[in-house]
Amino acid sequence: MADLSTNLAGIRSPNPFWLASAPPTNSGYQVMRAFEAGWGGAVWKTLTDDPVVNVSSRFAGLRFRGQSMAGMNNIELISDRPLEDNLREIREVKRRFPDRAVIASLMIEPKRERWQEVVKRVQDAGVDGFELNFGCPHGMSERGMGSAVGQVPDLVRQNTEWVAEVAEVPVIVKLTPNITDVRHTARAAAQGGANAVSMINTINSLMGVDLDTWNPIPHVDGLGAHGGYCGPAVKPIALHMVADCARDPGVPLPISGIGGVATWQDAAEFLLMGASNVQVCTAVMYQGFRIIEDLVEGLNHYLDARGLASVEDLVGKSVHKYVDWNDLNLSYKVVANIDQDLCIHCNRCYIACEDAAHQCIHPAEDGSGGQQLVVDVNECVGCNLCHMVCPVEGCITMVEVDTGRPPETWRQWQSIHA
Amino acid sequence: MTGPAFKSPLDRPALAEEDAAHVSIHPPLGHLQVRHEANRCLYCYDAPCTRACPTHIDVPAFIRKIATDNLLGSARVIMEANPIGASCARVCPTEYLCEGACVLSHDESPIRIGDLQRYVTDWARATGVKLFTPGPGSGRQVAIIGGGPAGLSAARELRLLGHAVTVFEAKSQLGGLDTYGIVPFRLPAAVSLWEAEQVTALGVEVRTGTVVGLDISADTVLSQFDAVVLACGMGYVPELGIPGEDLQGVWDAIELIERVKMGEPVPVPGRVAVIGAGNTAIDAATCARRLGAEEVVIYYRRSEAEMTAYPSEFAFAKSEGVVFRWRCLPVRILGGSGRVQGIEFVATDLVQDANGGQRVQPVPGSEFMVAVDTVIRAIGQSRRARLLEALGVEHEAGVVKTTDGRTNLSKVFAAGDCTFAKGGREAMVVEAAEQGKRTARQVHAFLSGQAQGGV
Ligand SMILES: Cc1cc2nc3c(=O)[nH]c(=O)nc-3n(C[C@H](O)[C@H](O)[C@H](O)COP(=O)(O)OP(=O)(O)OC[C@H]3O[C@@H](n4cnc5c(N)ncnc54)[C@H](O)[C@@H]3O)c2cc1C
Ligand SMILES: Cc1cc2nc3c(=O)[nH]c(=O)nc-3n(C[C@H](O)[C@H](O)[C@H](O)COP(=O)(O)O)c2cc1C
Ligand code: SF4
Repeated sequence: MADLSTNLAGIRSPNPFWLASAPPTNSGYQVMRAFEAGWGGAVWKTLTDDPVVNVSSRFAGLRFRGQSMAGMNNIELISDRPLEDNLREIREVKRRFPDRAVIASLMIEPKRERWQEVVKRVQDAGVDGFELNFGCPHGMSERGMGSAVGQVPDLVRQNTEWVAEVAEVPVIVKLTPNITDVRHTARAAAQGGANAVSMINTINSLMGVDLDTWNPIPHVDGLGAHGGYCGPAVKPIALHMVADCARDPGVPLPISGIGGVATWQDAAEFLLMGASNVQVCTAVMYQGFRIIEDLVEGLNHYLDARGLASVEDLVGKSVHKYVDWNDLNLSYKVVANIDQDLCIHCNRCYIACEDAAHQCIHPAEDGSGGQQLVVDVNECVGCNLCHMVCPVEGCITMVEVDTGRPPETWRQWQSIHA
Repeated sequence: MTGPAFKSPLDRPALAEEDAAHVSIHPPLGHLQVRHEANRCLYCYDAPCTRACPTHIDVPAFIRKIATDNLLGSARVIMEANPIGASCARVCPTEYLCEGACVLSHDESPIRIGDLQRYVTDWARATGVKLFTPGPGSGRQVAIIGGGPAGLSAARELRLLGHAVTVFEAKSQLGGLDTYGIVPFRLPAAVSLWEAEQVTALGVEVRTGTVVGLDISADTVLSQFDAVVLACGMGYVPELGIPGEDLQGVWDAIELIERVKMGEPVPVPGRVAVIGAGNTAIDAATCARRLGAEEVVIYYRRSEAEMTAYPSEFAFAKSEGVVFRWRCLPVRILGGSGRVQGIEFVATDLVQDANGGQRVQPVPGSEFMVAVDTVIRAIGQSRRARLLEALGVEHEAGVVKTTDGRTNLSKVFAAGDCTFAKGGREAMVVEAAEQGKRTARQVHAFLSGQAQGGV
């Protein structure tokens, strides 16, 4: 068994799986249940000095072809429980689970004294770190907090500085994805003295409209507001932001990856793209704390199978492979190859290529009176579409072909021909 | 799943075995089915399938691990709860157990739990992964009499608990009825032998070809070990008690299946009469069909309603061309030059007796003859009373009396078919596996109690 323990800016945990700040970390009861199940750490549901009032209802789920839950949207705010109650429970959790990471997520009105007063009170409870919620995209942002701070690099820097001045434990800044380029706010966090960044918080969204009542989904007494989107559907967006920060010299900070992590494979991808650990919310809301068992075991078996002694051996190993488009080799080519033995003749690849790609999959005699689909490798541009629509794993593979051209990127081409 | 689904090389029988009696009647799930079924599972909490499994395999967990490509973890979940999980995947009456309890049964169709379990255990067999390691040695010695599902399950559990284990097995190979008694087209011997290997790999002393009470005395076993687990199952099919049973062409159903399973040529030509209507009768009848019998008729002294075979087995037999005749009681077997030539039956009436039971009453004058070439007895299994007597274990007509696996003797425990009373639950591999596991824990408690100066 590999060593799964991780260290994010000095915050240690027995495994890289933390609960994200969200309903699963709303109370000590829940966090203790999670720790009993095996979670490595928990970021407490965002605390503030002046508890909010939440609405009913709050969430909506996106079903994809009848399957729940591809994505989830929420209009919940932050903790609506008194700060003192939360702090008492944090103390109790730390006492019972000293080896787990307990992080306090904070969102405070952007005033130095208020930030610093709360930071001092909360660190007295024995938290292992802070996570500054500059990401909540709804409600709090209308009050000048959350993503209203997180979308303005100067405010991110300033608020972070206020916290860093008094914090005695590491400070993580949680970034919002509702911004054009996350690197700008990540750099601001670094300049403000953050010890780590975490991303992503939820993405602005409106889940749907009820076709009977014409109410937005979810609605509160007939009206709706935009919410935050998360779950499996957001993973590619989150992964991109993590990778962008991981390769940015202006963000020399460890990263906690959040967004759509549901399986150990998702986690391994985030780690490879530079995250030091991951945080999970929707997958737990969907299936409970018990998913941690397979997250830990699956990652362990993966590391064992690859002969890696520690999860840290994965961190960032793919970052150098994630580059600017202009650095991709334009001479490289793959073409589709259909394994006729595996093909079930649904013709999905045919129609996809015919209508939406380059018309290079053709019906042909298979030699025994039947028909088969063949790829015209001269026409195929290697776009992957047929491979993606094929329902049979391993049936359509993309194989490399020799173009006879030396490797050349757009950047190289430009420098020669410009 | 990220890679292409695992395709078992184990489902293609060896060339020499490629006859109808050895080819699996139940093909493994295809690639897409495995993925769809695994993702269709709702991952219920406190899942009814897990509750319905006698060994309480965490079904949602093992299925989720298929979906996340963690087959090693999946195999561990299955085999930890059920050391006989590979055989069970193929022979459990799942419609009464896990799949019968699936919450999707009504509105959709149950998740194919047995088939998914088979997929995972086939993978474990094909890859040869190591699933378990023995516990730290306790210095205590346990003897297990009988290396069938109950004995192997107990052995596995005792090794995990660190006790030294010796298995005495009368046959030349381990596995009990899984290896010798369940027809190969439902359960190839190789599956059961793999399970046995998983157990012996934990460091178990195996004494095959050793009959307790014959090759080693019961007293020796009792005196040489700190505890004894009796897992001797039941015996062959008892005699019908009618004239003509010694004729050539009269078979014991279990012996017939055993020969077929061991790859011996068993010609069953012509017309076959099978006596009895339990699952053994069905197995023997369908086996006979697959061995080339032209006409196979099952004769049962009661009616369809009293038949103990599972409905799915009944349907399978009919689909194999087996014919059923109800309320026929065999009277004598007829022969010429030492061979079976026919069998005489008498029709029966089923009458309620005074204490609510049902009595089989022959109808006078209703005798009739059937010309047959083979008669197969399949009226249940005999009991091993002699061994029980030799050990001094209390029993009732050969059924060991137990409470939570304990017998009247403090160091003797019992599990599996040897404890199943007639008329109770149908004897099942999965029940034997669970009993073996639980009994091992009783043994452990007993040995730990002794270590602490108790008992
Ligand atoms: C034809 C047939 C079909 C069946 N089909 C199914 C099915 O589809 N599904 C299902 O769940 N169950 C089925 N069963 C029932 C199932 O096989 C049994 O319930 C199960 O095998 C019981 O396990 P066991 O370990 O208690 O006994 P067994 O499997 O009988 O094993 C007992 C072992 O003890 C050994 N032994 C006995 N006496 C001695 C001795 N004195 N010394 C040393 N060793 C000894 C025997 O050789 C044997 O290996 C079937 C049974 C039969 C007969
Ligand atoms: C109902 C709900 C409430 C949330 N509340 C908070 C919060 O209070 N503070 C915070 O930082 N993030 C909050 N989040 C965002 C999550 O912490 C996380 O960043 C996001 O859901 C993406 O992860 P996921 O795809 O695993 O769900 C909330 C998310 C949900 C679904
Ligand atoms: S999950 Fe259902 S029962 Fe629980 S608080 Fe939400 S709406 Fe109420």
